[in-house]
Amino acid sequence: MTDETRAAAGTAAGQQISDTFTGSAGASQALKPPGPQGTVKGIQAAAIPAFVAGQELADLGDTDPRIVVLTADLAGAGRTADFRDRHPDRFFNMGVAEQNMISVAAGMAASGLRPYLSTFAAYVALLGCEQIRTDLAYPGLPVRILAHHSGMSLGYYGTSHHSLEDLSVMRAIADLTVVCAADANQLRAILRASLNLTGPLYIRLGRGRDPEVYPEVPGNFAFGRAVRLTEGRDLTLITAGSQVRPCLDAAALLAQQDGLAVRVVDMHTISPINADEAIAAATETAAVMTVEEHNVTGGLGSAVAEVLLEAGAAVPFRRHGVPDEHVVLGPPAALYAHYELDAAGIAGRARRFLAP
Amino acid sequence: MATEAPTGAPLPARGTDERAQLINLLTAKAKLVRRETVRLTRIAGAGHYSGTFSAAELFAALYYAQLRYRPGQPDWPDRDRFVLSKGHAAIGLYPVLADVGFFDPALLDNYTRLHSRFGDHPDMRKIPGIDFSSGSLGHGLSTTLGMTLAARVQGRPYRSYVILGDGELCEGQVWEAAMAAGHYRAGSLVAIVDRNQLSIDGPTESIMGVEPLDEKFRAFRWQVQRIDGHDFDAILDAFAGLHTDPHGPPQMIIADTVKGRGVQRMELDTNWHVGNLVGADYDDVLAEIEAGLQPVTAGRDGRAGGGND
Repeated sequence: MTDETRAAAGTAAGQQISDTFTGSAGASQALKPPGPQGTVKGIQAAAIPAFVAGQELADLGDTDPRIVVLTADLAGAGRTADFRDRHPDRFFNMGVAEQNMISVAAGMAASGLRPYLSTFAAYVALLGCEQIRTDLAYPGLPVRILAHHSGMSLGYYGTSHHSLEDLSVMRAIADLTVVCAADANQLRAILRASLNLTGPLYIRLGRGRDPEVYPEVPGNFAFGRAVRLTEGRDLTLITAGSQVRPCLDAAALLAQQDGLAVRVVDMHTISPINADEAIAAATETAAVMTVEEHNVTGGLGSAVAEVLLEAGAAVPFRRHGVPDEHVVLGPPAALYAHYELDAAGIAGRARRFLAP
Repeated sequence: MATEAPTGAPLPARGTDERAQLINLLTAKAKLVRRETVRLTRIAGAGHYSGTFSAAELFAALYYAQLRYRPGQPDWPDRDRFVLSKGHAAIGLYPVLADVGFFDPALLDNYTRLHSRFGDHPDMRKIPGIDFSSGSLGHGLSTTLGMTLAARVQGRPYRSYVILGDGELCEGQVWEAAMAAGHYRAGSLVAIVDRNQLSIDGPTESIMGVEPLDEKFRAFRWQVQRIDGHDFDAILDAFAGLHTDPHGPPQMIIADTVKGRGVQRMELDTNWHVGNLVGADYDDVLAEIEAGLQPVTAGRDGRAGGGND
């Protein structure tokens, strides 16, 4: 299999597993998270980000007794159940009460523990924004937030469950590190690196079904140090989290169909942003486009734009993300296609940008 | 000062000489709280007098009779925790922390001035003895619950105390925390409500009724005592009545107090939530504080509070 066909296959698999809630023909089915050894539509659950969080934390918790895990009634959806099962005395289900959960974790951290709290991004980042600012970032406490089901990955659950503003809100908070996990292996690296981070951390996760970007746990992961995944001089795609895989696939399409050499940068840390890597893209490649599963206002694209403008980097520049509107209704894969945030859509946007 | 007496150790019994001596000390310390609040407010130009005065006896009783701490080792892992959820009363807490030895009292002389460690609301990163930053109402019961659960995880023997305001009880997060504390049987959590009857715009029961507090917290699976929060005998008895089972119900002391207590012009007068005393009023009020508590005369003519300048 060539790189191009592998990339194309990855796209298809990604879209397939993103298109959830389709039910099963002919038999009723309760939606029940699989165990770590199970599969989701043919994908090994253990290889999917949200499904490895609890497992990785349980492993880290074996050697670090300070680690505790909290959830707001989503131990299954976030797979922190794997931690609960191995370390029941260090697991706290706080019920559907996100604000209390954040502040409780703050009190725990102030008393020497290392809390990891996990729930839907929409409710921890938007409902809990003030608690994150006041009780985590202002006192500088080592609480780690696993904000899963971010972006519009909850599809037809609708805007109430979408988190398309969280990067904008979180990156405005001083002394809060904001990072996006692209896949299971990068999440493992983030969690391992978090052991040595002194302040609070916001980890943006997808639905837990994101296809692989990193074939193994990256050993050189560091907060604030972007990863250049492909090299090219015609265009740079700066992206993060759930959009890294589709950007890689879009770059392959652009190479195959248009003969373009595209640099893809995984700007996993949104705050503090890796300014040098953004400026390098502007000075070394012909154009820069940011790609994010987030409102185009205030997120990754805005962060990169701020850097480039202040650096005086004169480069053709586009932000690509969800337009500043409440999204239409549909399953996740249909939404990604509608908003041109799948590989074909990103490639199309790039073409229109480069040759309007 | 019983700074290292074990939590739950018997306090001197009511009617004994030891109790009388302790109450003399506490009375003097409550005056210190009120006197320093008046002095520091003048430095700032405006301060939260009345919600601090209502808690003066509670501060004194906690820090000179009940809490275990080591002023020379503010991060002692087994210290009792104290969170001032109604952070706007910090102006009365700082002088106590200085007096017991957490820091040099002279540091308070530039209270709220540029680069001071001491703001209107307390910052745990800047002030030894502050166990959690506060100011945003509704958070403190949650953070204190976190400290309580941390003690459980770590097998530490400390208790965690928090003072809540009554207006603050309108915040939904308080009830999230109350529910969780009851659920987790956080028996070493001791919450005190400074039930001083007024929130900023008026009496709580006309702005947003919070009663019946006893029944509410009992329904949330708490053990509840209700006392006169200006009566040291009652406060000490409430402390002595706390159970010592860390897996028992969380413990609530509803302290019925008078907002502005100790300065008659401020008692139950909403205008004095924030204010600034100048000229002869300043000296008159200090003299009134030194004279000690007199019977409450509520609702005297107030004056407008000062601004945040």
